[in-house]
Amino acid sequence: MGVGLHRIAMESFFSRYKNGIVLITVLLLQTIGLAMQVQRVPKPGEPDSKQVRLLRVWAAAIVVPIARTTHFFSGGIRGGWSNYVALWHVRQQDEDLRRQLAQIRLQQAAQVEDILEGRRLQALVAFREHYISSTVAAQVIGTSGTDQSHMLLIDKGADAGLKPDMPVITPDGIVGKLRDVFPHSAQLLLISDQTSGAGVILESTRIRAIVKGTPSGLVQIGNLTADSRIQPGEKVLTSGGDQVYPRGLPVGTVESIAPDPDHQPYTAIRIQPAAKLTQLEEVLVITGMQHDLPAQAAADLALAEATHAADVDAAAKAKAAAPRGLDLNADPNAPPLDPNKPVAPPPAEDAPGLVPKPAPSLHSDRYTYGTAPPASDLTPGAKKPANQPTTPPQEGTH
Amino acid sequence: MATRSYTSRRELEQYSFHPALTLLVPLGAILLQVLVSKSFPRFALFDLPLIATIFFAVARRSPVAGTLTGAMIGLFQDALTNQPIGVNGMVKCFIGYVAASIGVKVDVENIGTRVLMNFAFSLLQSVLLYAIQRGLLGQSGYHLMWLHELIRAVANTVISLPVFLLLDRGKRMI
Repeated sequence: MGVGLHRIAMESFFSRYKNGIVLITVLLLQTIGLAMQVQRVPKPGEPDSKQVRLLRVWAAAIVVPIARTTHFFSGGIRGGWSNYVALWHVRQQDEDLRRQLAQIRLQQAAQVEDILEGRRLQALVAFREHYISSTVAAQVIGTSGTDQSHMLLIDKGADAGLKPDMPVITPDGIVGKLRDVFPHSAQLLLISDQTSGAGVILESTRIRAIVKGTPSGLVQIGNLTADSRIQPGEKVLTSGGDQVYPRGLPVGTVESIAPDPDHQPYTAIRIQPAAKLTQLEEVLVITGMQHDLPAQAAADLALAEATHAADVDAAAKAKAAAPRGLDLNADPNAPPLDPNKPVAPPPAEDAPGLVPKPAPSLHSDRYTYGTAPPASDLTPGAKKPANQPTTPPQEGTH
Repeated sequence: MATRSYTSRRELEQYSFHPALTLLVPLGAILLQVLVSKSFPRFALFDLPLIATIFFAVARRSPVAGTLTGAMIGLFQDALTNQPIGVNGMVKCFIGYVAASIGVKVDVENIGTRVLMNFAFSLLQSVLLYAIQRGLLGQSGYHLMWLHELIRAVANTVISLPVFLLLDRGKRMI
């Protein structure tokens, strides 16, 4: 009888507080799950545990096909229109690009010497440079859908050779790195997210720092104390120290510098990202890096180096071959001298166009042309021959 | 003779939905959020999944259903972010519970009530997210930007009115 009453009381308790019990249970389960995720130390390349990753894979499997389809249709319509509009300005763009290419060639020629010097110095300190060897272009097909998480969804995944932590860039600068990689898609964590970071160096002051995202989606350096050398407008580049991003890629420019109220005595240096993080359509995932220059870049550098060496050589030859009173206005495009060409016989003294020989001197001295014997006839330390004219006494040397 | 008496608003106006609608509306809300934010980053200010949570909770007037619907929507949202799974799940599960509990006692068909409710729940969500980020996840840099959250609450309220009117068409009286 007592047991029956107890059961009835329990049933009435559960039915009475059913709603509250369900709420507390669900909240408790999620809190435990949250605690387990936070306490877990992530392994490199594995941002989540297997169970959490499974949930994310399922969510992506639902969203990605729809996002991909939507992107395909919207991209087709938008692409058709933008292609049509782009044709209006193609001639002007072509001219601009040609001009830009010519300027870049000039800059490249001017930088060859610096590049060679830099490589020599790197070899001296045994520094191993990382060059981008391969990239995969990917389309942005979606976002995380909330401004608490600055993350994008791209249409390439493990099937394209992508892996977690691979850096992602645009021609303007770095964008972020891959987080979770699914079979046919991947999550791209932007540098503006509060959980991301990158090792950077300030271009002119060479100060190293760490750039991080803020909860409000800004990009800032927060680990530097006040320094009067850092000024707005200074360019920020990747330092390569984080082992994720290659060295020397643009990150952004310093926008403002202010004391950080949360982390005194540090300053909050806000960075304007070089890449347009809110308008990304296509990105490049860096899938491979190497210590040597890529083949195309090496060929370009070798060509520039050869051109530079030829220029230097030609200038030196011209300098050596030219008599005193070198004609600096000579045609630089004239064909180079051929050393195998037979020497032409000296022209006759009365040939037209020749510079006449000077009249013989009345009192020859050692400076007079033809009076000094050839060097092969001289003996070091020997006395001067008696018939050699002596230097006339200088005025005022009595 | 059998007599039937109505003892509460819950029994008077309790609605159900077609299972497909129950599934597709939250999914559509999340997908819209994911896709539209790509072209219009400012769209991330809205929270369509929150509006769906509130709508289903107040229409069903069942705190248990509200809790579970909110938890499911929130967990799905979390799975698409880089946050630990459960942040939005906890917040939306709590909001679903409270919205359903309010729906039992208040006339939620009234536009004024809907405005107040959506505005208040949007602000409540911001406060709960702040509490979880600071308290449970230890994100000391996470700040509550009141102006931003007020704008978000207003935006959610504005967009919730046509969404509620649209979803009202899918209601079925039990």
